Amino acid sequence: MVKVKVNDIEVDAGPKDNCILAARKAGVEIPHYCWHESLSVVASCRMCLVEVGETKPDGTVAMGPKLVPGCQTPIKEGTVIRTDSPKVKAAQQMTLELLLLNHPLDCSICDQAGECYLQDYTYKYGKAHSRLDEPKLQRMDKYHIGDQIALFTDRCVMCTRCVRFTREISGTAELQVVARGSHEEIDVFPEEPCNNKLAGNVVDLCPVGALCSKDFLYKKRVWWLKQAESVCTGCSTGCSISIDQNENKVYRLRPRPNPEAQGHFMCDEGRFGFKYIHDERRLSFPKLSAALASGIESQRKTTSANFAPDLNFADLWPTALTKARQKIQDAIKADPSGFIAVFSPFMTVEEAYLLAKFIKGIHEKARLVLGPIPSLGADDKYPKGPKGESPADGKVKFTIRAEKCPNRLGVEAVLKHFEGSVVRIESIAQRPNAHAWYIVGGYASGWVTEAIDKAVGTPSLLIVQDIFPSPLSERADIVLAAGSFAERDGTYVNHAGLAQSANAAIRAPGEARADGRILMELAGRTGLFNAMALRKEIGSAVPELSVLASGDLGDQGVRLVRFAKQAAAAAT
Amino acid sequence: MSDSEFKPVLLGRVGRPDSQTLASYRADGGYEALAKALKMANTEVIDVVKASGLRGRGGAGFPTGLKWTFLPKDVNGPIYLCINGDESEPGTFNNRVLIEEDPHQVLEGIVISSFATRSTTAYFYLRYEYGRCYRVLKQAIDEMYANNLLGKNILGSGYDLDIYLHRGACAYICGEETGLIESLEGKRAWPRIKPPFPAIEGAFRRPTVVNNVETMACIPHIMKRGPEWFQTMGIPKDANNPRDAGSYGPKLYCISGHVNKPGLVELPMGITARELIDKHAGGVWKGRSAKAVIPGGISMGFMSSAELDTPLDFNGPGRVGCLGLGTAAVVVIDDHTSMVDVLYNACRFFAHESCGQCTPCREGTAWSTKILERIREGRGKLSDIDTLLEISSSIGTIPGTTICGLADGAAWPIKTAINKFRGEFEEYIKSGRRSESPVLAGAH
Repeated sequence: MVKVKVNDIEVDAGPKDNCILAARKAGVEIPHYCWHESLSVVASCRMCLVEVGETKPDGTVAMGPKLVPGCQTPIKEGTVIRTDSPKVKAAQQMTLELLLLNHPLDCSICDQAGECYLQDYTYKYGKAHSRLDEPKLQRMDKYHIGDQIALFTDRCVMCTRCVRFTREISGTAELQVVARGSHEEIDVFPEEPCNNKLAGNVVDLCPVGALCSKDFLYKKRVWWLKQAESVCTGCSTGCSISIDQNENKVYRLRPRPNPEAQGHFMCDEGRFGFKYIHDERRLSFPKLSAALASGIESQRKTTSANFAPDLNFADLWPTALTKARQKIQDAIKADPSGFIAVFSPFMTVEEAYLLAKFIKGIHEKARLVLGPIPSLGADDKYPKGPKGESPADGKVKFTIRAEKCPNRLGVEAVLKHFEGSVVRIESIAQRPNAHAWYIVGGYASGWVTEAIDKAVGTPSLLIVQDIFPSPLSERADIVLAAGSFAERDGTYVNHAGLAQSANAAIRAPGEARADGRILMELAGRTGLFNAMALRKEIGSAVPELSVLASGDLGDQGVRLVRFAKQAAAAAT
Repeated sequence: MSDSEFKPVLLGRVGRPDSQTLASYRADGGYEALAKALKMANTEVIDVVKASGLRGRGGAGFPTGLKWTFLPKDVNGPIYLCINGDESEPGTFNNRVLIEEDPHQVLEGIVISSFATRSTTAYFYLRYEYGRCYRVLKQAIDEMYANNLLGKNILGSGYDLDIYLHRGACAYICGEETGLIESLEGKRAWPRIKPPFPAIEGAFRRPTVVNNVETMACIPHIMKRGPEWFQTMGIPKDANNPRDAGSYGPKLYCISGHVNKPGLVELPMGITARELIDKHAGGVWKGRSAKAVIPGGISMGFMSSAELDTPLDFNGPGRVGCLGLGTAAVVVIDDHTSMVDVLYNACRFFAHESCGQCTPCREGTAWSTKILERIREGRGKLSDIDTLLEISSSIGTIPGTTICGLADGAAWPIKTAINKFRGEFEEYIKSGRRSESPVLAGAH
């Protein structure tokens, strides 16, 4: 730690901090465009100019004669940073006036409006008028930059963050600067659009409205969006994300910086892969088979085969869950080891715990099984080399993992605790010896393979808790319409044992319910589903998950003890 | 030594029909300095160059010997010497003459300097437009390889050196030290942020020295005739100014513009602009008088007619508000020329050549050009003058707002033109007239 002074505020900063980071610790903002924590320093936008001085041994302060870029200037003991002097303010005003010279000022039709650093900094540090009397430069917009990216050329401030990203993080180097001076533009090589699997990040990196996401373009003004901090469930990296929604519709996912999980970025697979949550085929209300529904025949208005929402809405869930609980208890009591509950790696720790505890509470011989773990190819590591090769160990800056589910480790921890070991469904598929199944899905796409379908067969009791119809839900006795990741509160444990909490952003469609709420009622527990309270309970009940005991996992999550030890050993 | 006694040193062999050949260079005592240097320790060579007071001829005037000592002491792996032959400052052509007419003089200097800096690889970065230079140099380098002056075990000394001739990328910014290095590496010539300086991390992230062609041409003469001889020429250091390193040695002055006899002359450092014009360039053309003189390439700004007695050494131009001596390319502007037009041309050049990396330079140079364009169309406002001054005072490394000095070079013509000829600008704007003089050939 080194002591520095920012505008007379004394603060302890890290020895490797630059002026921007040190000032941030003192609560002082140094505006900047080109600098980004994850990218190399180019010091070219000149927005972060500050005055820097040093404290002499006799206590006097000697300020440097020139303005220096805060991003490029390291700090040391006694460094004095001034961001509020007339000289700095004049430089900030001038830089902003220059940046806005050829800027079209088309905020009213710009997607970035509301989260634009040109707007924010001009408001805070700029001036209201430009002295430019001449016509502005006009340039062609480039919709061909990438399948997901459009470039509004004349809004660009040439910070080159996007160029550096493709060179340093993705390693694919599609983007470049062409031409010179004020005619400079970002461009791609002909016929070589920026379509790498991390390309969407350049939109987030762009501090202005130059690079826009085609997927999000003109869909929603950003100030209407509400954010929920969550975790991407696309793979076991478990990127910290923010789910941006308005009126129960998710418009975009954005990465939330988390050095513990993934850094600053996320992959396009995760970023754009959330669309299934708004799929019209989603299960949107619980269903009972005709046989089970017969008991409540009198309430039905139609003769349709299934229990349908033409029943009083208020009765739907209580009826379904009461029936389900009754049936499960009966089935387990009749033959405990013939009952199998299948856990999905898309379940949160809380949900897995609720279900496991409920089933084992009825009879400890009832079996708990881990559902299929979706996997695709091999881990995809970045930055890529010139020929597309993967980076050497230790140089990896981002990984898209082959394991396409968020919480295998978390569910396994619960299963180990209740079952003693993790039994994969694949291992018992040949001879399941089961007469009753409770199956949890929640996968983003069809997951019921022929083998699973066959293994389940037509048991005496089949309860499916899922988000999409499947061969199993078609013949299930009870279907419980569940929630997608955007609709759930809970905890996911990523590939490296990092437990992160996710918050629900929206309501599940129709009468569907988030899994936690379903399981609370099914288990007959009173009160509302509360992830934090459950984490405390799990933390004291399941030793491997003891770190959950505090309930609050913070913004960056907490590492399970076993993994924290490993990480510490690797570091030393 | 007075001017009349002075015999050209660097241009001594220029003008002879066979001056480019190795045979004629050797007949005139060429490569003796190299043989002498190779028998010394490399640090001794550095000491000689340091003692001579030789300052870089590329523009900044940094002491050459001192620059060499910035290389780290213990280096594993290569050190590189880069020769800056990207001569693109408007009005400058001394490197071209030196290379075209006497390539071995430059190359001998390169071998000695490489030996002094422990480089075993030298890159000669040559302006792309200099086609003839390229052919001459290529031939000279081939001759050297054939005669054991390059390659392995040079002159039996055990010292190895390869010189790679690299043609530039047609941009002014490639002449900036770190822009040159980036361009040499095959990248866009965007100057690097410093530190690290090239001596620590330069070409290919290795310790690197970048020297100008004319500097290299001085080296063999210093080695041959000694540092004391070098100091018989030029302006000694100011005893009252500890930071002054003096301006020693011969200097090539490129004279162009409105004079009767433009050309390249070699003189001891420190001649005045007036003497240069009247004695060596045949005076201002058409019987006119000089209105302004550019002391060392357009980026140094303007001297007014009242300042013509300023000595053109490393300190002189600075004393009259110019940026420095620069490349000693003296451009004379006669009294029939409008300073508005001259400044417009200067601004247009820098707007075209700004690499576009730093905001103040990228936008500032283009904006000032636009303003002057409007003034020349008769739509100027008096407030434009102050806007121009504000732009020029807020761009460059001197206020600290850019990475390299290109913006300073763009700012100085504006500052000096307006400060020294403000009345003319005001009169021009008030008159509302449109400029009738054609736009000079641009930088394209």
